[in-house]
Amino acid sequence: MQGNIASAEGAIAAGCRFFAGYPITPSSEVAEQMARRLPKVGGKFIQMEDEIAGIAATIGGAWTGVRSMTATSGPGFSLMMENIGYAAFTETPCVVVNIQRGGPSTGQPTLAAQGDMLQCRFGSHGDYSTIALAPSSVQEMFDLTVKAFNLADRFRTPTFLMADEIIGHLRERVEFPDTVECIPPRPIREGKLPFEPEEDLVPGFTPFGHGHRVHVTGLTHNEKGYPASTDPDLHEKLVMRLIEKVERARHEIADYDIQNPDAEVVFISYGVPTRSVRQALLDAPEGLYGHLNLRTVWPFPENLLKKFPNARVFLVPELNMGQMAREIVRHCDQPVISLPRLGGELHTPRYLLDRAEEYR
Amino acid sequence: MTVEDWFRHDRLPHIFCAGCGNGSIINSTLEAVDSLDWKVDETVFVSGIGCSSRAPGYIVTDSLHTTHGRALAFATGVKMANHDLNVVVFTGDGDLSAIGGNHFIHACRRNIDITVICMNNQIYGMTGGQGSPCTPTGALSTTTPYGMDEAAFDLCELATAAGANFVSRWTSYHVRELTRAIRYGLQKPGLSFIEVMVQCPTNYGRRNRLRDVEAMISVMRDNAILKEKYDRLVTERKPIPEGSFVVGTLTDRNLPALGVRR
Repeated sequence: MQGNIASAEGAIAAGCRFFAGYPITPSSEVAEQMARRLPKVGGKFIQMEDEIAGIAATIGGAWTGVRSMTATSGPGFSLMMENIGYAAFTETPCVVVNIQRGGPSTGQPTLAAQGDMLQCRFGSHGDYSTIALAPSSVQEMFDLTVKAFNLADRFRTPTFLMADEIIGHLRERVEFPDTVECIPPRPIREGKLPFEPEEDLVPGFTPFGHGHRVHVTGLTHNEKGYPASTDPDLHEKLVMRLIEKVERARHEIADYDIQNPDAEVVFISYGVPTRSVRQALLDAPEGLYGHLNLRTVWPFPENLLKKFPNARVFLVPELNMGQMAREIVRHCDQPVISLPRLGGELHTPRYLLDRAEEYR
Repeated sequence: MTVEDWFRHDRLPHIFCAGCGNGSIINSTLEAVDSLDWKVDETVFVSGIGCSSRAPGYIVTDSLHTTHGRALAFATGVKMANHDLNVVVFTGDGDLSAIGGNHFIHACRRNIDITVICMNNQIYGMTGGQGSPCTPTGALSTTTPYGMDEAAFDLCELATAAGANFVSRWTSYHVRELTRAIRYGLQKPGLSFIEVMVQCPTNYGRRNRLRDVEAMISVMRDNAILKEKYDRLVTERKPIPEGSFVVGTLTDRNLPALGVRR
């Protein structure tokens, strides 16, 4: 099965019943599969007039309490940015699948990249935080889409599946479990205001049509949900809570695997370059190199760097100019060597071993 | 219930300027909604950005105050994900026809079962009086200091051409007619578009020799020609008075609609 199809199937399995989007290479198969599948499971698919409308309708759908998703790639992702900020600020649980392609601009529609890793964290104006997952196999396209819905609901924040053209179009064997774990958003407790946080800083959810009579606005709002955009303290407190509710859960929601934690030269990767790193480790003498594969990229789980006590250097192969390497530099004393690869092709295992050899 | 029960009393005072007509339009809308015995908890008001778009914040139902121009796209999501909700959009001429023009065309084309009420004050009121696509040719605004040199959109023609089932225009003077039109639109399957010409003394009238609220309303009253009268003038090949605009039901048809409650 193809990666994009697996993501759509993961969404259906997770109970997603509303999809609004706009076709764009290399993500269109996600929309096509949702168009085929949703009517058969009692859901609704709608093709909107552009990606701005795609994310807007997704947010509208999410506020009716239906699990909602959109899918896109580079140019469409750029168009979505304003409303992604709206979703973050209004604490709307929704999932955005980004099958990354080469940019900037129209760039390389049919080739892979990881150039939107900072955009998914910082792309909308103002301060906020988001959750981003990075699949490196077709199985993970399914599994992490399910996970994205659970995280979006739990933290009430837009959650991104940051895949790429290679994984999106890759065909691999996939196993669908009979059932998947679907954890609905926590309902609001009696007596609580619609935007009054619980202890974990996340408010209970108040979907439309259930008598909550909630006012949702992209203006700075108080816990009632009412506009209060000229109160400096209130704004600061709200923005800090939205960041903190995600960031302080970063160790708990970290999803990763580790190979050879005693190694001195350690690769850190996420998404498709993980496949090249794994092959490189198989080709190298056993135990020589370490590897940290991140499935949760944002919030960045910086304590994982400590799992390599002997690390002298971190090598970070990415299909961009070192976007996550910049983040890793912030959290460790060792040198962080960015191994950028642009143009749509993967680092070869040979290339990675040659670079690692230089730091042995 | 009464109309008063539809308001969020704890949101008062409101932000509208003295002499603004938006309040009359909100009143007409809620009177229409109330007269149909719509349930508060089955009704959602959606809006974009601008003076008009503040309206949902004063209404007690669930409401979504979204980004500039995108109200119809958000509303489409709400209605498609749950056909059982009654969805009403408040928007303005800038929100709907400039930044939101594409969503307007496509919402009408889909003929999605929502009611769209556009408060057309012919200006960007909230941001201080910049020209909009509905600012009349020659009118002054902060971004057309020598007079608007572009043509204005006819929003009703646009909605009709794009496929909306019900299209009507009134003014904030014609309160009873407006209420009736909204009431009809709310019940009509498909997209109902109601354009309401409304006075903005603060940011339109002040710069266009219509400082006095009463004068602004009089101009709307005197220049409004009923659709029936307009049609008669056309048939009789008589001149259409300069500066006039048509009010009444402009389109009423039954094209296939999307998202209709079963």
